[in-house]
Amino acid sequence: MSIDQTDTPNTATPGVHKPQPKSGNAIDFAIRYGFLALLVGLVIFFSVFANGFAGPRSAVFIFQSVAITGILALGVTCTLVVGGFDLSIGSVATSSMMLAAYMMVVLEQPAFVAIIACLAMGAVIGLINGLLIVKTKVPDLLATLGMMFLLVGLQRIPTEGRSIAMGMTLPDGSTAEGTFSPLFLQLGRHRFDFMLENLLPAPVLFLIAIGILVWVFLELTRHGRLMYAIGSNERAASLTGTNVNKYKIMAYMISGVLASIGGMLLAARLGRGDIASGTNLLLDAVAAALIGFAVLGAAKPNAFGTSMGALFVGILLQGLTMMNAPYYTQDFIKGLVLVIALVFTFSLSARKAGGH
Amino acid sequence: MNGTLCDLRGVDKSFGDNRVLKQLNLSLPAGSVTVLMGANGAGKSTLVKILSGVHALDAGSISLLGKDFRPSSPSEAIRAGVVTVHQNINDGVIPDLDVASNLLIDRLAEPGYGFFLKRKQNYAVAERIASQMGLSLNVRQSVAELGVADRQLIAIARAMAHDPQLLILDEPTSSLSASEAERLFLLIERLSAKGVAVLYISHRMSDIRRIADRIVSMRDGEISGVFEGDALDYEGAVNAMLGHRMTDADITIGAPGKNVLVINDLRLLPESKPFDFDLAENEIVAVTGLLGSGKSAFAQSLFGLGRPASGQIRIDGQDFAPTNPQAAIKGGVFMSSKDRANNAVVADFDITRNITLPFLSRYSSLSFVKRSDERRTANEMIEALSIVCQGESDSIGTLSGGNQQKVMLARWLAEECRLLLLDEPFQGVDIRARRDIGRKIRETAKNRATLVFVSELDEALEVADRIIVMAEHTVTAEFRNENVDLNEILIAVTGAVPTDIGNAARTAHA
Repeated sequence: MSIDQTDTPNTATPGVHKPQPKSGNAIDFAIRYGFLALLVGLVIFFSVFANGFAGPRSAVFIFQSVAITGILALGVTCTLVVGGFDLSIGSVATSSMMLAAYMMVVLEQPAFVAIIACLAMGAVIGLINGLLIVKTKVPDLLATLGMMFLLVGLQRIPTEGRSIAMGMTLPDGSTAEGTFSPLFLQLGRHRFDFMLENLLPAPVLFLIAIGILVWVFLELTRHGRLMYAIGSNERAASLTGTNVNKYKIMAYMISGVLASIGGMLLAARLGRGDIASGTNLLLDAVAAALIGFAVLGAAKPNAFGTSMGALFVGILLQGLTMMNAPYYTQDFIKGLVLVIALVFTFSLSARKAGGH
Repeated sequence: MNGTLCDLRGVDKSFGDNRVLKQLNLSLPAGSVTVLMGANGAGKSTLVKILSGVHALDAGSISLLGKDFRPSSPSEAIRAGVVTVHQNINDGVIPDLDVASNLLIDRLAEPGYGFFLKRKQNYAVAERIASQMGLSLNVRQSVAELGVADRQLIAIARAMAHDPQLLILDEPTSSLSASEAERLFLLIERLSAKGVAVLYISHRMSDIRRIADRIVSMRDGEISGVFEGDALDYEGAVNAMLGHRMTDADITIGAPGKNVLVINDLRLLPESKPFDFDLAENEIVAVTGLLGSGKSAFAQSLFGLGRPASGQIRIDGQDFAPTNPQAAIKGGVFMSSKDRANNAVVADFDITRNITLPFLSRYSSLSFVKRSDERRTANEMIEALSIVCQGESDSIGTLSGGNQQKVMLARWLAEECRLLLLDEPFQGVDIRARRDIGRKIRETAKNRATLVFVSELDEALEVADRIIVMAEHTVTAEFRNENVDLNEILIAVTGAVPTDIGNAARTAHA
């Protein structure tokens, strides 16, 4: 897919803006395809220099790590579109993981009930975030940050701070009798054959499906259009009769629901409710969504860019791991890439906008 | 008293293809107040910006006190003694700081001030400046707690603190009450007696009569008339500014159709006088008045942005009391808002998307937007309004102000409505675009009622069948746009003499 994208510019750019000088075309080209070229370059670099990178095993790892952050990042993208921000997604995901585990292991509920409960929780948290921002006028960053703290604490209360696993000892001394439904575990663990045997983990299919849904919603429907209008000029959108509050709340609800799906997939993959996992989810997802600004010169939050951003972060981390880079350098490099991507987006596209 | 303080010779300035100032000659004598009059787009603000160091001139020369004056930045102009109070009040004050800091902010920025704030000294200096101005303010109070008038006076007071040689005031009284304005006039007189040259930009006839020593009229980037002497020719100045006598605007008032908007006993504020107002199909009425006259409150109550205190609004015989813009639009009332950058333009969108924004559902089936449909509408509107662009997918930011305003108008003309409200539709628009927009408003008015809210009278005269004047949140006068006397309207607007022309100024019977 990315290779297709880098091939097209030769036929697409010339002659479109012919009065522009050559350097303008070069900048246009860099803004549009620079990031995808970087992604391809990264793959080639790691394939050459990291032993075993160009293989199905490593592809599976990348896909697995990309899937959950990607789903969360798509949620953040929706809130970015309306000019907001959702810092609570990481903790919504881990809360959803704990809730799924608690429902099945401790309360001995079937998988179906656990899934419904998690989705409902995501929607309700999104609704509360939205209402805090829209009705009580708490700034978005602060409202969702508060929600994040609240959930980080809340998810540990039922088990008194312990992780949830099958057969665990409960706070009252008894032993948990419930089990994860095998079907539920398959959601996170099953691998589909695609060209190679067992190549595609199930969560990747979720990512692709959700990615397409979010893309269609944001790009092709009038609801997506109005959300972009709100993000660009909220007052103008409201004066043209758009129900700004409704769309903002909806964006946070989408974000909450997607984060809860991510959390369930995490629970299914791990087979437990692990209080220690998911710490990087928020930062990785935010990075993916912001890197997405730079893809195809969009300079705005968009579903395709976010998915590419998630893929980029996944490839980078996997490659570094395989080159034996110490774990503590990974966050540094992730941050560096993010900063470069942001410079790319804002300084270059500002130059483009100022150029005419 | 009579020496020339500032002299402009052959000043030229263009923005792109638009030649804003053409070989402009102007001299400003020391110790006198020169009032500058000019319609929108005449080049007044460009002239002010060149004098205050915001823009550089393209050709020509300016001399100040006999020396060449060519400021490269506002601070250089201020140091040379040219001090400007701009029209936009919020450019002049920093709401989060206290009054003293606002009065002294330029001194704080000077290199010699030192690192630490000298609080006590600052308060003392600030109090001295305030008392010179006749400002009775607590200098330790935060500016955010003050009203618009006090903010305006602070901006002016700060300008005074610079010991200006040339003081430029751009519509300084637009947010002042009569007594506050009088305080300002006394101050201007005191400065002018000390030999300061004052350039005073205003449309308020009462201000001009009160303060002007001479009047300079500007039109299309040139000085079109200079009026001096003991008896100033105010009417001549206005005619020179407009380039024609008032009735020259080719308005042929059509026959009004059936009534659309019927207003009975509407009180915008609980304490304001109620008014009645009718508006028919094929009728265009301009609403004018000073800042704070209730013009905006009237527009807002018709578009669901505010509720009137009492009274009845009917549209086509139906009660109409929208609680938000959505409800107003559903009821057939559209409004193109003033201040398009903040209230109307969606900067990230192209022309098409900006036009179709309010009525996206018409272009969608099952929520999916039909791109070809909206593009067709956009192209039709581009054609109809002669919007200058390369295509319907141009980003809105690439258009000139006038063309952006046309796009905003296109947004609301793309669908039929019962009542169209246009709030300052000519704001920041050059004369040609203004004519285009005015013509289009008139051409399309047949099947709807139209209300145009403008603060500039010449705009009202160019577009309206009738002109109503508002003051103190009620309608105080009404004119039919046929052989009207500009002075009479100006008197009604500024409230200098109470007028009872037309049938609008009814007495309250509540």
